[in-house]
Amino acid sequence: MKSIKPLYLALAVLTFLLIEGALYMALLQAPTERTMGDVQRIFYFHVPSAWVSFLAFFIVCIASIAFLRTGKAQWDRLAASSAEIGILFITLVLLTGPLWAKPVWNVYWTWDARLTTSLILWLIYIAYMMVRRYTSDPERGAKFAAVFGIIGFLDVPIVYMSIRWWRTLHPAPVIGGGGGLAPEMKQALFFSLFAFTVLYITLLLLSLRIRSVEDKIQALKNKS
Amino acid sequence: MQNITFLFAAYSLIWFALFLFLLRLAKKVSRLEQELHRIEEK
Repeated sequence: MKSIKPLYLALAVLTFLLIEGALYMALLQAPTERTMGDVQRIFYFHVPSAWVSFLAFFIVCIASIAFLRTGKAQWDRLAASSAEIGILFITLVLLTGPLWAKPVWNVYWTWDARLTTSLILWLIYIAYMMVRRYTSDPERGAKFAAVFGIIGFLDVPIVYMSIRWWRTLHPAPVIGGGGGLAPEMKQALFFSLFAFTVLYITLLLLSLRIRSVEDKIQALKNKS
Repeated sequence: MQNITFLFAAYSLIWFALFLFLLRLAKKVSRLEQELHRIEEK
């Protein structure tokens, strides 16, 4: 157990440094956007939060498929850990979005396609966690959750494509959407995306460790 | 600096949420490891 600790420590330090760098680039280095002003700087953490939530839910989907195929508990642990982190980041997206929208659109929330599909995504994974927690038989709960995790992921491409499929107030996607960002803005965004990805990996490893210890304790309790 | 309050609120929310999440994980880790040691010692 002790041999793993230096790895966690190194990852935590790396994550901290990367996030500090991302903060510096977002708040000090990137130029101020002409029409929106400084509030646009929310973008440098709002977009990476959305990216991490999509990545986390993708991992949930892959791990759920693997769990249903093999029945191995490690896949279930990976899915549950990733879902938890995905929920954290999609919550951040839903909280920071309105704070950006208010000064720009003059409303905190509107039932726009992007916003609504993102809220649905959040609700899907809240339901996923509830299925895990409130099913009386944990094995059945894990199987139900796996099915939920696979079907729930279908909303991710819908969220991403929503601004192309429907008329929306939300800005065009920066990645794969040909958005006209200044090079310094792009640099700050990509650095932040990288920093958030490392943050996701760190949180995932920590969360996985917790679940594996939980399972160990349960096995020991069952033995005695 | 325009709309600095919104910018400040958004970044504060992010840090606060991350801090709470990490705190929750860290507390859980230490509680579980202690429990595991106790069971293994028995």
